[in-house]
This record gives sequence, structure tokens and C-alpha cells, in this order.
Amino acid sequence: MLLDLLLEPLGYDFMQRAFLVTITAAIVCGVLSCWLVLIGWSLMGDAVSHAVLPGVVIAYLLGTPFAVGALVFGLGAVALIFLVRSTSRVKEDAAIGVVFTTLFALGLVLISVVPSQTDLGHILFGNLLGVSAADLVQVLVLGAFTLVVLVLKRRDLTLYAFDPTHAHAIGLNPKVLGALLLGLLALTVVVALQAVGVVLVVAMVIIPGATAYLLTDRFARMLVISPAIAAACAIIGIYASYYLDAASGGMVVLTMGVVFALVYLFAPRHGVIGRSLAAARRRRASAARTAQAERQPA
Amino acid sequence: MSGPATSARRPETGEAALDVHGITVHYGDVLALDDVSLTLRRGTICGLVGMNGSGKSTLFKAIMGNVRPDRGTVSIGGRPPRQARRAGVVGYVPQSEDVDWSFPLSVHDVVMMGRYGFQGFTRRPRRADREAVAEALDRVELADLADRRIGALSGGQRKRAFVARGLAQGADLLLLDEPFAGVDKRSEATITDLLRELADGGATVLVSSHDLEALPRLADEAILLLRRVLLHGTPAEALQPEQLARAFGLDLATRRPTDGGD
Repeated sequence: MLLDLLLEPLGYDFMQRAFLVTITAAIVCGVLSCWLVLIGWSLMGDAVSHAVLPGVVIAYLLGTPFAVGALVFGLGAVALIFLVRSTSRVKEDAAIGVVFTTLFALGLVLISVVPSQTDLGHILFGNLLGVSAADLVQVLVLGAFTLVVLVLKRRDLTLYAFDPTHAHAIGLNPKVLGALLLGLLALTVVVALQAVGVVLVVAMVIIPGATAYLLTDRFARMLVISPAIAAACAIIGIYASYYLDAASGGMVVLTMGVVFALVYLFAPRHGVIGRSLAAARRRRASAARTAQAERQPA
Repeated sequence: MSGPATSARRPETGEAALDVHGITVHYGDVLALDDVSLTLRRGTICGLVGMNGSGKSTLFKAIMGNVRPDRGTVSIGGRPPRQARRAGVVGYVPQSEDVDWSFPLSVHDVVMMGRYGFQGFTRRPRRADREAVAEALDRVELADLADRRIGALSGGQRKRAFVARGLAQGADLLLLDEPFAGVDKRSEATITDLLRELADGGATVLVSSHDLEALPRLADEAILLLRRVLLHGTPAEALQPEQLARAFGLDLATRRPTDGGD
């Protein structure tokens, strides 16, 4: 019975593709999010994901693969942000705010003036049930490439996130490592675009890492826990959207948010309730000790 | 310029461990370092003393090549900084404020980062790396805390962990930025002894410190810095009240000429 419920959606080709695309995106996003969360680059994730919009529209217009357009604009946004930051007195967060909103607006304008079948909703919120076989190949190839680079260079990226000065002192180039991470961010956004859309991609590159960070004090474990949570949320989210007939991208991200809330409350060591329970236990134990000590002389 | 004079005093060891020549650094319009020159011989510990904003951290950055000076050159063990960094001879212990202590890394992980320069593309630790890390942790007496999260250590233990990273790296030149700020006396003594051992083994140590009292025990020589080198001599010379007054911008000598009988 339950098995039937689980298997039924898989009978459709489009659902199989939806699962593959979302799980791939979730795993890549989950791994990358570990570094974004620790460096404090959430806004950068937001920026790159919004900035790809004009690229996607132009790609549709030209008939090129959407990944190409998205990647060009994702990397271009990163380059622009650094240009503005390093050549004017404007600080980084303001530079990010200026660049990505402008590019996003350019995308909206392009969509409104270009007569085409391009559905704004599909780009903004994902089009999981309309993934073509060609889209699937793009996502799988880019996703696999990004994941391999992230995993092979994980120690360098962690060093960059933790202590860029030491990276420099031992002859590595922190600027190159930072650029590598941002380039991988742009790739990751492109991978996740079709699953959840431009607006919600940032959730995929932040929430899993933030959740894992509350569950462990070991970065190596974070790198496993985060994609595992992301993939699980992706699967639950798609089933939920199938049976509730709800937006799939929204459902996946909503599931991630709910899991984060649960972990935030109940994580053993870093959860709010877990922490206060432990504190209460300590108080009780010390009260008991005091009471015992008072009783003993009598 | 006292350049030739100092080189005449230098003994047979050949290239200086650190040679800074005529470094000038501006941040925008602000002059941070003004024509700073200094030479350190191998095996010496040099205390770098100056008030906040005197350019101590900038000098470290210029030595490491994080800041590009307007003028002047740095040479580390006879090599340009870039080559020296690639060879892994420059070790750096950052100020506490510059480290994210909530980062989920163990003490062992942090010390292993000292080995990255010798490892391959993926920085996969080899047996020699593990041995170097274990030995470094032993020397700073943190072996039993190796699996502890770095942020869970006390202030002194944290510093020792970063010194261990420099040890595991086998750095010839160790730069420590305010290592004794917020550190208990026992850890301070452990670190001081450790630096002495390192110097006896041929390493050169440049330490910036606010702790003037500890200077004679810690260092062989001292530099007073106020955007330029005011004095480069023994710790006792540097600690003379009129010298300190210059370094810390207090004109004690002229303001309170009659207070001398204290």
C-alpha cells in the first residue's frame, strides 16, 4: 500500500526526470552550502541566483542551452560585484545589492518586451515537471562536474573559509580560491535553476548547510550531513507536491525550512530546546548535590 | 641609514633570516609604514613593540606579501617573499580577533593546515604529515586535546594550537601577532619556552606584543615601531622610559621633568 504510493509517481517519465534533477541539485547545493554558511556568503548566493535571470531569457531567445546563458550572467555578476567593490568606496554588501537587483530587473524587462512562449513563472519558480531529456543531461553533467571539483578541492576551500591569511602565507592564492568557490556557486545555481527556479535557489544553497551546522562540530561530517538532508528534503518535497498537487519547487524548499526549524529546536547540542534541557539538567544535578551536602552534617 | 652598520655586525650565517629594506605603505592617504628597514639574524626572537595603529600588523602583512608596499623590498632567508611562501618557510599565528572560533574544525584539522603546502592537489594527508602533526601537538602539549573543537579551547591553548601549525609546517620564520593577548600566565610561559626552543633550533621569530614586562624574558632584541623604526636594540634599551614615551606618543620626558625621583 505504502509502496504503491511511493512507486506510483515513478511510473511517469516526467516524474523520474523531476526526481533525478532535484536530487542532483540538492546534493550539489548541499555540499556547496557548507562553505557559504561558514564564510557568510548567503547574500552572494542570493545575488548570483537572481543575476542569472537575463541569461536564461537570452538563452531561450537564441535557442542555446539555458545553462550557457545562466552561467555567463552568474559569473558576470560575480565579476561586476568585485569590480564595484574594489574600484569604488562602496562596500561589498551594497555592491552585491546594486548588481544583482539591476541584473534581475534587466531579466524582468527582457521577459516583458520579448514576445515568446517563455513562461516567466517557469523561470522564476522552476519547471520541475517540464524537464526535457536534454535539460536532464545538462543538469547531470554540470552537477557531476561541480560536485567532483568541490569534493577534490574541499580542503583548500575550507582553508580559504577558515584562514585565508595562512593560505597566502603557505604560497596558495586566496583570491584564486575565492574565485573558484564563486565560480562553483554560479555552476551550482545553474544546476538547481530548473528544480526550484531563480527565486528559491538561494534556499537550496543556504538551508542544508545551516541545518548541518547545528548538528555537528566536524566540518567533514557537515559535508555528508548537509547533502543527505538536502536530498531527503528533495524526495519528500516532490512526493508531497505530487499528492497535494502543489508547486514542486516551493514544496522542496518548504520541506527544507521545516527540517531546519525542527533541528533548530531539537538538535542535541546546538538546538534551542536541547540546550535549555541540558542547562536544566545541570541545574537540577547541582541542586541535588547541594541538598545532599546540606543533609549530610545533620 | 644604518643598513651597512647592521650588516657589519651580522656574523657568519650568510643570508639574513629576514631583511626588510625601506618599506613604505599607504592606506589611501594614510601613511601606515614610513621607510621601515630591519634585519633579523637566524635563531633570534625579536619583540615588536608599538601602540595600536603603529603599523605592527601592517608590517606583518608587508612581510607576508598581503600588502603591497609603495616602496621597499622584503627578503626572507635570501629569497623574495613569494618564493619563500611557496617553500613553506613563513609561519603565521593570527590575532584572536581575526579567527572565526565557531568554525567546526578540530585542533588536529587546524594543525594539519600547516602541511597543505607539501601535499598534493587534494591535500590528502600522508604518513609524514600525520607524524609531523602529532609531533607538533606533543611539543605544544595539546596531544590529548587533538580532537577538541578549536573554539572549545582556552585562549592560551588556541595560541598553542596555531604555534603547532607553524611547527608542523617547519617554518623558518614565525610571525606572531599579539600572541599573549587574553592568554593566561601559564600558557604565556609555555609559549615563551617553546619560542625559545624554536629559536635555538635555528628558527627566527618576530612577535608583536603589548606585554612590556615579559619582553626581556621573551626576546633577544626589540623593535620600537611608530610607523617607522624608532629603535632596534636589546629589550632593556627598548624599555627605557624615554624610549617607550617616544613609541607610545607620550612626551613624558618633557611634560614631567621633575618626576624622576620616583
